[in-house]
Amino acid sequence: MAMSETLSYLRRGRVVRRHSWRYTIMACLPLVVLLAAWELTTRSGLVTPFMLPPLSAVFGRIMEDAASGELASAVGTTLWRALAGFGISAVGGIALGILISQYKTVRWFFDPIISVGFPMPKIAFLPIMILWLGLFDVSKITMIAFNAIFPVVTATIAGIEGVEKQIIWSAQNLGASRKRLMWDVLLPAALPQILTGLQVALPIALIVGILTEMAMGGYGVGATMQTASRMADSPGVFAGIIEIAIVGYVLVQAMAFVRRRLLMWHPEALDATAA
Amino acid sequence: MAGLTARLIRYSPLLILAVLWQAVAQFGLVARSALPPLSDVIKAWFALAATSGFWFNAVDSLYRAFAGLALAIVIGAAIGIAMASSKPVRAVLNPIVEVFYPLPKSALIPVTALWLGFGDTSKILLIFLGCMLPVTLGAYNGARGAEQTLMWSARSLGASRLRMLMDVVFPSAVPEILNGIRTALATSFVLLVSSEMIAARSGLGFMIGFLGDGGNFDAMFAVVFTVAFMGFIADRLYQYAMARTLQWR
Repeated sequence: MAMSETLSYLRRGRVVRRHSWRYTIMACLPLVVLLAAWELTTRSGLVTPFMLPPLSAVFGRIMEDAASGELASAVGTTLWRALAGFGISAVGGIALGILISQYKTVRWFFDPIISVGFPMPKIAFLPIMILWLGLFDVSKITMIAFNAIFPVVTATIAGIEGVEKQIIWSAQNLGASRKRLMWDVLLPAALPQILTGLQVALPIALIVGILTEMAMGGYGVGATMQTASRMADSPGVFAGIIEIAIVGYVLVQAMAFVRRRLLMWHPEALDATAA
Repeated sequence: MAGLTARLIRYSPLLILAVLWQAVAQFGLVARSALPPLSDVIKAWFALAATSGFWFNAVDSLYRAFAGLALAIVIGAAIGIAMASSKPVRAVLNPIVEVFYPLPKSALIPVTALWLGFGDTSKILLIFLGCMLPVTLGAYNGARGAEQTLMWSARSLGASRLRMLMDVVFPSAVPEILNGIRTALATSFVLLVSSEMIAARSGLGFMIGFLGDGGNFDAMFAVVFTVAFMGFIADRLYQYAMARTLQWR
């Protein structure tokens, strides 16, 4: 569930999806005030530029990095790792979820592993991952997938198991094979839940991606920020925050868009408050 | 008795994995430096547990997680309820929450280190900032879902605005707040361990990095699994407490 939907109180009860211009401007106002307050505080000398560099300096840094191509390479590297890990966890998680829901032996084996592994702070295994797979992309992407796969698996199982029995019986009565039942009935009916699982997994992939870059270096926004922090280069640190905040926001919105497109047939699309 | 057998069958895959680990390491199928035998890791854990340093680090970590979480819960819930019950507050905070929610919280580690250094306060601030929004959203959604009929009844009985908040809005927000706290609890462990690995001089996360750099892998594995199981146990205890709290429903 994307937060924009959770929070857009103005939409409640109305069957409109587009906001008016006035609404958009009103919604941006607190952010503009916040950013202006940032710039003014730093100019007034209340805080040192080391603690909080002026917003203009941070934007200047972002522009510099954009012009030199460093911005594109850092954001691109981080995105590639996060999305590769997310892709593996999506495909692997849905496949594993299907297998667990269909085969008793698979369920017996994975059930305790998932229920113990899900709440663990798996980031603690990072040094072991470095020991096994080295410092480069492979270990970072593996770590991202390892963290992001749990919500996908549990959402897939819950989705498939939540499908109404009557629908399954009808399909079986009509002579659907096990494979047809999975592809034509169970997976489409479980799709909303699976997408929710993916919407949980995507931010995790980004968080862990940044963490692996901070801990292991090797380019990317996390590594750039960590270097800037070590060199006491605060504009660099804050430029990283703003860059990654925008990346996070765009990814979350893109995921919500994919959900709307994939679930156009689903009753939830008709509900203006939920879509 | 039947319950015990069922539980044994249920958790036997974990036992199988443990045996497999021991066997693979014992028979030299993988290098000892990549995977020390489980028995050696357990031995290393007991050796660590006999030192005071291990416990000091554990207490440091737990203090940071607890303080950060407590702040996140109190302030986060207050903000969420304020947003649900006051239109101006909502208009101001709604866009800010919406923009900050998708920010990968780990990106705050260098900022809190820049502001507050490598000590406790930077970790507490990090955990507070990283864990507040799930609680805020839980409180907001829960308080907004307070049934109108309950509000009307309370108002017609002459309840003041404060009484309404305390006796109607807050109780109906509790289940969602508790859900938000569960997310926050998991996030707090991730942020704690990673910030201690990246920017700290004490704590269990710092110990993991320190032991790993020193090539003491038996002990490193022992601390990694200690931290992992602490997160697991915290979640289970929390779920148990949550079930007890929500018995009235």
